[in-house]
Amino acid sequence: MLDPYIPLVLMFALAFGFAAFSVAIAPLVGPRRYNKAKLDAYECGIEPSPQPVGGGGRMPVAYYLTAMMFILFDIEMVFLFPYAVSADALGLYGVVAVILFILTFGFADLYVWRRGGFDWD
Amino acid sequence: MGVVARTGVPDRHSEVLAQQSTDMPPIAYAAVAPVLIVLVAACLGVLVEAFVPRRQRWAVQVALSLLTVVCAGAALIRHAREINTGGTTFADTVAVGPATLFLWGTLLALALGAILLIADRSIEPGGAFVAETNAASGGTASRHPADAPGAASAEVMDRASASVVGMRTEVFPLVLFSLGGMMVFCAANDLLTMFVALEVLSLPLYLLCGLARRRRLLSQEAAVKYFLLGAFASAFFLYGLALLYGYAGSVKFSDIADATAGSLRSDTLLFAGLGLVVMGLLFKGSVGPFHLWTPDVYHGAPTAVTGFMAACTKVAAFGGLLRLLHVAFRASSWEWHWVLWSVAVLSMVIGVVSGLTQRDLKRMIAYSSIAHAGFLMVGAITLTERGLSATLFYLLAYGFTTLAVFGTIGLVRTSEGEATHLSDWAGLAKRSPVVATVFTFLLLALAGIPATSGFMGKFAVFSAAFSAGMGPLVVIALLASALAAFIYLRVIVLMFFNDPAPDGPTVSVPGAFTTAAITLGVVVTLLLGLVPMLALDWASVGGFVS
Repeated sequence: MLDPYIPLVLMFALAFGFAAFSVAIAPLVGPRRYNKAKLDAYECGIEPSPQPVGGGGRMPVAYYLTAMMFILFDIEMVFLFPYAVSADALGLYGVVAVILFILTFGFADLYVWRRGGFDWD
Repeated sequence: MGVVARTGVPDRHSEVLAQQSTDMPPIAYAAVAPVLIVLVAACLGVLVEAFVPRRQRWAVQVALSLLTVVCAGAALIRHAREINTGGTTFADTVAVGPATLFLWGTLLALALGAILLIADRSIEPGGAFVAETNAASGGTASRHPADAPGAASAEVMDRASASVVGMRTEVFPLVLFSLGGMMVFCAANDLLTMFVALEVLSLPLYLLCGLARRRRLLSQEAAVKYFLLGAFASAFFLYGLALLYGYAGSVKFSDIADATAGSLRSDTLLFAGLGLVVMGLLFKGSVGPFHLWTPDVYHGAPTAVTGFMAACTKVAAFGGLLRLLHVAFRASSWEWHWVLWSVAVLSMVIGVVSGLTQRDLKRMIAYSSIAHAGFLMVGAITLTERGLSATLFYLLAYGFTTLAVFGTIGLVRTSEGEATHLSDWAGLAKRSPVVATVFTFLLLALAGIPATSGFMGKFAVFSAAFSAGMGPLVVIALLASALAAFIYLRVIVLMFFNDPAPDGPTVSVPGAFTTAAITLGVVVTLLLGLVPMLALDWASVGGFVS
């Protein structure tokens, strides 16, 4: 009865086993060269917590707007893509609905554009 | 084998799609015109923000918002004259009936007052909202000193912000979006529409809370708290929606009602789902044990926005709750009745007891609104025609009174902004007899003294509950409202029989907009107290349709 799920369970077991194996084997066979970076939370060098103000520790806030805009356009695509796939089945109603959606979305875009949301500087 | 199966799937999929009818659903434009007007105007408001020069924005936005509310009201009245029983539209997702029309009218009238309060620029130079940026080209929002994180202490931020004349006019489209969401919320005929409406009404409110010009940190704290707790409550609502879908196989109110009327399905799904959905609604209505955000948010938000929230959100939340209980869960009321019974008692007790100990006026009114939510619950769970019309009347009466209360609170100020601490209000009658008298009248209405709308509302709700066989609950409610009177009497005594502090606050002379809003609230409070039949007749025209 559970036949279709057995590969899935095996997959999970394999994934878990691989993760556990990697963590367990790394200290045993890997080279050990201690330095300052090894003590950081992330070895790529990004500080996880805010640094003191004045020490050059501020994040540029422009990232925030860019990320927000990315999410918004992404969501727009999420709705447009399924429509595009079944456009002929949805007929005139679908066209009207999608145009309304893009229009209202466009109002927000216009606002962001006029207020300089797309300027990096 | 695998390849064949994979190529087979899309074909079958598109066949299924082609079989479904996707014609445009018939839309009763006359019935939903008020909502459409508000939402379209909100979109226009965004365009105004984008293209109108900064100096003219405030005037254009205020004119647009007021015109919108008036037009929507006219469309509503025009439709209400023709309508007999109402019906559903937008493929059964929206139901417009007599009770919904009454709620829409209430919302529009309250929004008119709230927009007047929000638009006022005479009390706080430039308006009560965060200032427009000074950059000549109208750059991004983050350039303003008040928005720079960690740049300065709260006082410096306040002063920097207060010195800039002009305000963020995005406030007006946000209010309109929120209003549109509230109107859809009261008319939603299935849980998904209701959820979307809940978000449309909530998200602008979260933003509005954080836009105060003075006391930026307090305001932002309120916004974050409201947002986090509100998102949490929305998640509860959504989870309950999923369980109810599992129970009834549909999210439509009428299907859920059919399923609850005698079936062998799992009651666990029904009551778990109902509990979670109702929890989301009670949170928005700041009822009982789900009230914890209310004092902080009412306190931190700009006072005009607090008025909008206290009046309109309450109407919308209880409108939605009434609709849900009346249309979808009437048949199963025997089982859940006692739960909401105890919620009502808890809400009254929490509101009254905590309200008595408050030292800040805005927090005190917040707790008073929690107690009022308890009284409203008494009416909401009667599930009779009479209980419904009484609750609708109570919402109307309470909305106008509380709007005027927050309008008046905004008048008493020191150089650092509004003076909401109780000690600042001592001896106010000696400084400004008019404001003290108006405030006293409004507080008496909240307490439910005869000749005010508060008394008529309470009388209607309690007598409806009594005739529905909820005697013990009515007794508790009467005791609670007697105790609640102390909350308001304390302030009245403080205003009239104490001496003012020598360096106390001053009472601003309100501009035309605030005067109009407060007058509107006071007149309606008085009128409904003397001739309650004016509104009670409308409220009892009919119930919800589905």
